[in-house]
Amino acid sequence: MPETYIRPELVCPAGTPAALRTAVDAGADAVYCGFQNETNARNFPGLNFTPAELEQSLGYAHARNAKVLLAVNTFPPAGKFELWRDAVDIAARLGVDAMIVGDMGVADYAAKTYPNLRLHLSVQAGASSPEAIRFYCQAFGIKRVVLPRILTVAEIAELHREIPCEIEAFIFGNIGMMAEGRCSLTNYATGLSTNMDGVCSPAADVHYEDDKEGNLTTRLGPFMIDCFAGGENAGYPTICKGRYTCSASPEAYYAFEEPVSLNLSALLPDLMRAGVTALKIEGRQRSRAYVKAVVAAFRKAVDDVMAGNAPALANLLALTEGHRETQGAYRSKAWR
Amino acid sequence: MPRSPRAEPPASSLRALLQNIPGFLLAAAPLAVIQPILSRIASHVATDRPELFARLGVHARKRFLIDPTDLPFVLVLSPDNNRPHLRAYRRTENPAHHAAISGKFFILLDMIDGTLDGDALFFTRDLRVSGDTEAVVALRNALDDFEGSALDSVVSSFGPLAKPAALAVSALRSMQASHRHA
Repeated sequence: MPETYIRPELVCPAGTPAALRTAVDAGADAVYCGFQNETNARNFPGLNFTPAELEQSLGYAHARNAKVLLAVNTFPPAGKFELWRDAVDIAARLGVDAMIVGDMGVADYAAKTYPNLRLHLSVQAGASSPEAIRFYCQAFGIKRVVLPRILTVAEIAELHREIPCEIEAFIFGNIGMMAEGRCSLTNYATGLSTNMDGVCSPAADVHYEDDKEGNLTTRLGPFMIDCFAGGENAGYPTICKGRYTCSASPEAYYAFEEPVSLNLSALLPDLMRAGVTALKIEGRQRSRAYVKAVVAAFRKAVDDVMAGNAPALANLLALTEGHRETQGAYRSKAWR
Repeated sequence: MPRSPRAEPPASSLRALLQNIPGFLLAAAPLAVIQPILSRIASHVATDRPELFARLGVHARKRFLIDPTDLPFVLVLSPDNNRPHLRAYRRTENPAHHAAISGKFFILLDMIDGTLDGDALFFTRDLRVSGDTEAVVALRNALDDFEGSALDSVVSSFGPLAKPAALAVSALRSMQASHRHA
């Protein structure tokens, strides 16, 4: 007798209204997005939504039975809470299906002011223990936790039995192995904070230089973070994925992470069996082409699993960073 | 730190032919002939897609050098809402610009039309950027909110007489795309 699963929600990224429509049309159950400011962790130039665009997008998604989740998941610094409060107010007024929060102050304001507004705990909160997650649930009525990408599937299954909320797990995109919401590398190099300004490797501080031999040098602020030989695949210009030398290693090496993308398509049945309610695709900064290809591939894979078939795994390697993919810590903590 | 370059497979004659078609067709075209078409494209986009300029913000007044590496000329785009400007230059003229984007013509076109992912093209080094990276990111994101085919939109603005040219470009594009995926 085939195994039965509870149908998981496929949660997909959108950096623009066009990307949101693309995600919905490709089969997203829910789409997450952010405003054009520091209140979300993809605060990049030309990206994100105005309140008017969010309102129109909600209409588009709801007419097609898809949800819209708003990320208000950065951490307001002292004296700047107003921007985050306004984002919560707008989200509540427009009727988003849930708001993704990372900061306790933002969660507290939202929970007290709009008790009917559904709250999800962002991966930015870095909550991975039952104690931490239960605290957020009890204090702010969190309904779902987005787990950091540091747990094995077995650990997720165990966690599921110990917490009173739903679990959302990343299945594709940035591997993000750092202690999430705590990374200060960009802040160190540029003065802007990933966690408070919402921007990892701000584009204004990124500089590319091609030489005559075809080598590509990448710099962030005053720091050279990598040099790719001609024809060698490149990665994002982030400090955590750069190659460095040190006294112990005169040969440049990846000191933190490598340019590689998470792809858990082969682990979908295991995740669903472990009690994961929502499967998240990373990449609000990516294009409509990425959204369409990745969402369609995972829509089909999830539907295959639900139908009792082995998931058909589309080849998404062309969209991965560095043209490499991994199951990261979900398979084994010894992966790196 | 640079590693030795990845070995490239020998180019087949078909691939070489496909890759060279845009340059071959346009090699002899005087810029004076191309320029009115480019001006028409700029004004059409400004009229048809004004939301593009809001997304560009402060970068709307910058000059973007667009270098289709397989064409005999480069383009400079100044997407100012009031005076949008798209002008062709011979590559040797080295026109002033704030940011530059380069890649093969059909790759750039497919990225603008939302069928290829800019980040993936950057990862594979099919797309190169230099200069003001923030302006390039803003332009990329603004164009990505440009739903539907920008090419189709522009071609339709030229009326039915442009249809044969559009069909030819479409056919060439399909051939290039299928070759990329082969």
